[in-house]
Amino acid sequence: MEGVWTRWMLRAWVLVILLFLFIPIFLIFLYAFNTSNIESWPIPGLTLKWFSLTFEDSEIRRALMLSLQVGFLATALALILGSLAAFAIHRMTWFGREVVSLMFILPLALPGIITGISLQAFFSFDGVHLSLWTIVVGHTTFCIVVVYNNVLARLRRTQGSLIEAAMDLGASGFQVFRDITLPLISTSVVAGAMLAFALSFDEVIVTTFTAGAQNTLPLWIFGAIRLGQRLPEVNVVVSFVILVTIIPVVIAARLTGGGGAARVPAAR
Amino acid sequence: MATETVRRPRPKGGGAVPFATLFWRLPWLRSLLLLTPPLAWFVVIYFASLILLLITAFWTTDPFTTQIVQVWTTSNFERLINEPVYHDIVGRTVVLAALVTLTDALLAFPFAYYMARLASRRVQTLLFAAVLLPLWASYLARVYAWILILNHSGVLNWSLQSIGLPPANIGYTNVAMWVVFSYIWLPFMIIPAYSALERVPESLLEASADLGARRWRTIRDIVLPLALPGVVAGSIFTFSLTLGDFITPVLVGGAGSTFIGNVVYANIGIANNVPFAAALSTIPVAIMAVYLLIARRLGAFEAL
Repeated sequence: MEGVWTRWMLRAWVLVILLFLFIPIFLIFLYAFNTSNIESWPIPGLTLKWFSLTFEDSEIRRALMLSLQVGFLATALALILGSLAAFAIHRMTWFGREVVSLMFILPLALPGIITGISLQAFFSFDGVHLSLWTIVVGHTTFCIVVVYNNVLARLRRTQGSLIEAAMDLGASGFQVFRDITLPLISTSVVAGAMLAFALSFDEVIVTTFTAGAQNTLPLWIFGAIRLGQRLPEVNVVVSFVILVTIIPVVIAARLTGGGGAARVPAAR
Repeated sequence: MATETVRRPRPKGGGAVPFATLFWRLPWLRSLLLLTPPLAWFVVIYFASLILLLITAFWTTDPFTTQIVQVWTTSNFERLINEPVYHDIVGRTVVLAALVTLTDALLAFPFAYYMARLASRRVQTLLFAAVLLPLWASYLARVYAWILILNHSGVLNWSLQSIGLPPANIGYTNVAMWVVFSYIWLPFMIIPAYSALERVPESLLEASADLGARRWRTIRDIVLPLALPGVVAGSIFTFSLTLGDFITPVLVGGAGSTFIGNVVYANIGIANNVPFAAALSTIPVAIMAVYLLIARRLGAFEAL
């Protein structure tokens, strides 16, 4: 349908958008090796000195530990709750299915600040002190949807006849689950977990409202950039966070053939 | 989906029925048991929080102790209506969110079109991966990258000067916020637009051409209407995420860049007036409720 001219215009457009998307990310990695502690362009030279300095910093290490703890706990909870919901919903045709799907995506579709301030009001009303656990509760709430979406998509593509056959052959409910259902859905569960962790590890808005005095890694980054302090270390930490979020996403994308890692509504 | 309505005959005689059989026969019971924990989590924590937020908006604080006073009052909303500064802030936030959404739709559409309809299978996979990467790469990192680009001695000014142009000092302005938001949320628009465009059947385009429609006519009358649900689905994210942001205004905005989120944030922390912050945050909730209703009408949820 498209003429030669249109094709070339579209190709050029794609190239421009790709440059727009990737130049900033490339710059972050480059600045992590900046010899100067002033963030101006062009950088005078390359060095590795900020890496050792950053990883020896006890404040950053504490923030990293907290982020990892929150990430693992929120992922574990989201994994349980999201999978349960997917199993409950996938064979239902009642109207409630759409409502449940919408409900789970709400924490991602509504501005994060709403989730954050609501939870903070809730915790302070109930007299709950802000701690590791309040951060975990916040993160679990918006992580459930990625697990739910991935497992549900896989269950829908799974043939019910396999399970029926196993039951006809006398398998117990547990055996069916262990030998048939679990192997069929396992990669989608892993993918969901990877994405939930990536989502949690990078989250800053909800965390701002649900963390007490302690810092997760994103909170530390936000504070440092806002004050314009310790930017050479920020460069390193930020590059590190990109890698830690991207690696699980790449794994998840490979496990689900790409679509599972879409984060936004997309056909799978 | 129709198979589940087939009920098996009940076994003759009584006795204990294994759980698996029971659940197979009564799928709603199984679903109910499975759904209870996640549903309880959402109802007890998330929805209770949202409702509490709404109620808190009608409370107030003691001016001396800054403790919350649980007395029903509409004073927070009166303050929002009577003080013009809040009109400006809400207006700025909504206008910028709309502008960012429009920008992203315009940037994303040709890209998604190429991806869905012209690229080979291999290029398609590569482009999809190329969008996934910035979609997930740390939000803070990507905002921070633009501080490095837009600051006075940053990449942008250096590039402009090296080709003989005057420096563009857009760092710490609303223009910077527009650029950064458009950048950050662009992948959220590309993916649903692509997935909608990919589902447009080739036969429709051929039929349109056979019936004598020119290229632009086909795009306007066939492709655009069919791609609209995807773009609207993407716009939910670009619009909502901009509407509720307070990080980007703090980091790349300037003196006149206060967003709804910043006032909420300030009232939670420094000013310690949670009821007022709650009242203010009902505005983006109300806007998003209307937005989601319209999006649903336009078919954006079909991709969900």
